[in-house]
Amino acid sequence: MAVREIQTPLDETTIRSLRVGDEVFLSGLLVTARDVAHKYMVEKKPAFLRPLLRGAALYHCGPVMRKERGGWKAVSAGPTTSIREEPYTADVIQAYRVRAIVGKGGMGPRTLEACRRFGAVYLHAVGGAAVTLAQRVVHVREVHMLEEFGMPEACWVFEVDNFPAVVTMDAAGSSLHAEITARSHMALERFLGRAIR
Amino acid sequence: MKNLQETFTELLRRAATDLPADVESAIERALREERRGTAAHSALTIILQNTAAARETSAPLCQDTGTHTWYVYLPEGHPTEELRKAIRGATVQATRKSYLRPNQMESISGVNSGDNLGAGHPVIHFVPWKKTGLHAEVLLKGGGCENCSTQYSLPDQRLGAGRDLPGVRACLLDAVHRAQGRGCAPGILGVAVGGDRALGYRAAKEQFFRPVHDVNADAQLAALEADVLSCANRMGVGPMGFGGRTTLLGVKTARLHRLPASFFVTVAYMCWACRRASVTLAGKDVRFSQTALTGRP
Repeated sequence: MAVREIQTPLDETTIRSLRVGDEVFLSGLLVTARDVAHKYMVEKKPAFLRPLLRGAALYHCGPVMRKERGGWKAVSAGPTTSIREEPYTADVIQAYRVRAIVGKGGMGPRTLEACRRFGAVYLHAVGGAAVTLAQRVVHVREVHMLEEFGMPEACWVFEVDNFPAVVTMDAAGSSLHAEITARSHMALERFLGRAIR
Repeated sequence: MKNLQETFTELLRRAATDLPADVESAIERALREERRGTAAHSALTIILQNTAAARETSAPLCQDTGTHTWYVYLPEGHPTEELRKAIRGATVQATRKSYLRPNQMESISGVNSGDNLGAGHPVIHFVPWKKTGLHAEVLLKGGGCENCSTQYSLPDQRLGAGRDLPGVRACLLDAVHRAQGRGCAPGILGVAVGGDRALGYRAAKEQFFRPVHDVNADAQLAALEADVLSCANRMGVGPMGFGGRTTLLGVKTARLHRLPASFFVTVAYMCWACRRASVTLAGKDVRFSQTALTGRP
C-alpha cells in the first residue's frame, strides 16, 4: 500500500499505476454530481460538463454550502453512497472521460469494468467526515443547475488541495469491496455454522 | 414561544455539530484497536479530526443532516400545537444558519423544500410524563445508513433462522454483512424483536438514544448484544468497509410482543455519526445534555 499525491487533469498512465489499498491525496478539480445529476448526464448529455469533467474527478456529494461575500463556501461536504449511481457511471466514464470517481461504499461490476476499459479508479473518501473534507475545498469555482436541482443535487465545481481518499477499485480490475465482501461472507458462514445462499 | 424556538434551534445546532461524548469515546477505543498504517486507522483518525473540527466551527459534522426524530416529554394535557410550531420554526431557522442541509425533497417531483419542512418531516412524538417541565430530544439519522436498515420475517430459510434467539442472532449478523461499509461503518445496530412492521422500525430507532456503552437491563438481550458485537468485529468489514477490527460500535435491542402469525426482526443501521441531543426545561431553567430518556427498557 502506497501513499500517492495526484493532481487533475489526471492522465491515464498515473491512473493505471494506482492500486487497490493505495492512499491518495487529490488536488485540482472535483465536480459534485449525485442522483439527479447522473440521471441528467445520461439522459440529456449536457455539453457544459464535458470540458469540466475531462480528466477530472467526479464527486458523489451533496454538500452544505454557504453564500459569503465573494462567493460560495463549502461548509460540510462528505461523500454520499455511490452504489445508487451504478446504473449510470459506466456511461458517464465513457462519455465524459472522467478519470476518478470519488464517493463511499464502492460500486458494482459495470463500473469496475468501465474503470478497467477506459482507465479510471474509484476513490473512497471517509463517509461522514464532512467538515474535514470541506476544509480541503480551497475554492468554489462555480455551480451549475443550482436553481433546478437544489443545493445537494447541484453540480458544484470545487478546487481541492490534498483531498484524502483510498483507492478501493482500480483500473486493473481489482475491487477491495468484492474482496472484503467475500472474506466477511466466509466469517458469516462460520458464525452461523452453515453455508448461506 | 420565541424562546422555545431559540432553544430548539440550539438543540438542532448541538445535534448536528457536536458528536455525543459516548460515541466519540467508542471511536477513540476503536482507533486504538486498529493497526497503524492501515486504511482503517486513517479513516478513524480522519473521523476524530472531523468531530473536533465540526464542534469547533459549529458546522454539520456530516453534510447529510438526516431525518429528524423528536421525542417531547410533557405533562398530561399540555397543548402540543405551540411545541410543534416551535420545532418547525427552529428547523427553518437552523437550516438558514447552515446547521442543517436543505434535506427534504418532494418524492416524485424531486423539488427541495429548501427549509427541511415537508410532508412527514420533522417526525415528532409527544410522550406524556408525570413531571411538570418539558424535555425534548432529537435524533438525526442520514440516508446512507437508513438505506442499510432492513426487516426480517422469521423463519428465514436462506439463513436457516427459526423463531428463536439464534434465529434473531442470524438476522443481525446477516444485516451487518449485507451493510458492509455502506452505512458508514463502524455503525450501531438498533434492533427490535417483535411488534408489527411499523412499530418494529420505530422501536429499533429509539435504541439509538441509548448510550453506546450501556448494558441492556434484560440479561438475555445483553448477552445477544455482546455476542453480535463481538462476532461483527471479527467479520473483517472494518471502518468504511476498508477491512479492520471495528465494524460495529454497539448493538442495542428492544423486545416487543408480536402476533402469533408474525415474527419480525427489525434492524436499523446507524452510521458512526449517531447524532442526538436533549434539553430539559423547568420554569426558566434550560439544561442541554446528551442524556436521553427514549429507548430505555
